[in-house]
Amino acid sequence: MSLETRLARVRGLGSAKDGTHHWWAQRLTAVALVPLTIWFAVSVAGMTGGNYAEAVAWVGSPINTVLLLLLIAATFHHVQLGIQVVLEDYVHGEGAKIAALMFVKFACAILAVASGYAVLRVAFVGG
Amino acid sequence: MSTQDRPLSPHLQVYRWQWTMAYSILHRATGVGLAVGTLYLAWWLLALAGGAESFATVSEFSGGIIGRLLLFGWTWALFYHLGNGIRHLFWDAGKGFELDTAAMSGHINVAFSVVATLALWAIAYAAA
Repeated sequence: MSLETRLARVRGLGSAKDGTHHWWAQRLTAVALVPLTIWFAVSVAGMTGGNYAEAVAWVGSPINTVLLLLLIAATFHHVQLGIQVVLEDYVHGEGAKIAALMFVKFACAILAVASGYAVLRVAFVGG
Repeated sequence: MSTQDRPLSPHLQVYRWQWTMAYSILHRATGVGLAVGTLYLAWWLLALAGGAESFATVSEFSGGIIGRLLLFGWTWALFYHLGNGIRHLFWDAGKGFELDTAAMSGHINVAFSVVATLALWAIAYAAA
């Protein structure tokens, strides 16, 4: 009989040798994305047909800037976690799998930083 | 059975089709679709930061038939994935596993995703 606690046994385990971290991060970002995506979708739908100056003003207003940055962070974190699982399910060659995972993680990092930069530029420099 | 021969998930072809399975596959499909959609999100934001000219290019694309079809698809995928994600959160809490309940929550989610998509596009067309 092991004297390890149940928590100690599960930490660092699982097929990814990652314990529950991936699972938890996916849920955390999912819960954050529920209000963020609804807010974003409704806001953008309401701006349909608006001009450039209106879009700049919307992104540049302080609350929207902060919420957009949170949306971007949660979205791309959630995307790379989700696509990782898909790749782990379907890409079986070890080398191809690592290459695909790297591609997706780098792409998400680049898109997240570029999107965040765009929001900050609109907020601080304007259109 | 050697390690090599162990079945890997998901083996779609060996199961009898059922609603919960279709909804689960759709969750993954919409997730992948939405991941592609983040390219559009990044493009929209970068075009806005780039100035009136680049923003006009995105607006033109978004208002075109291909742009509208893509955005409509992403809207539905977003609401489906969001609602189905909430089903997952309930399962995480150990609730809703009974077969009838699991199927019914899936049906409700499909109805929600369709209604929410149409409502959002009604908002968009009212604003345009």
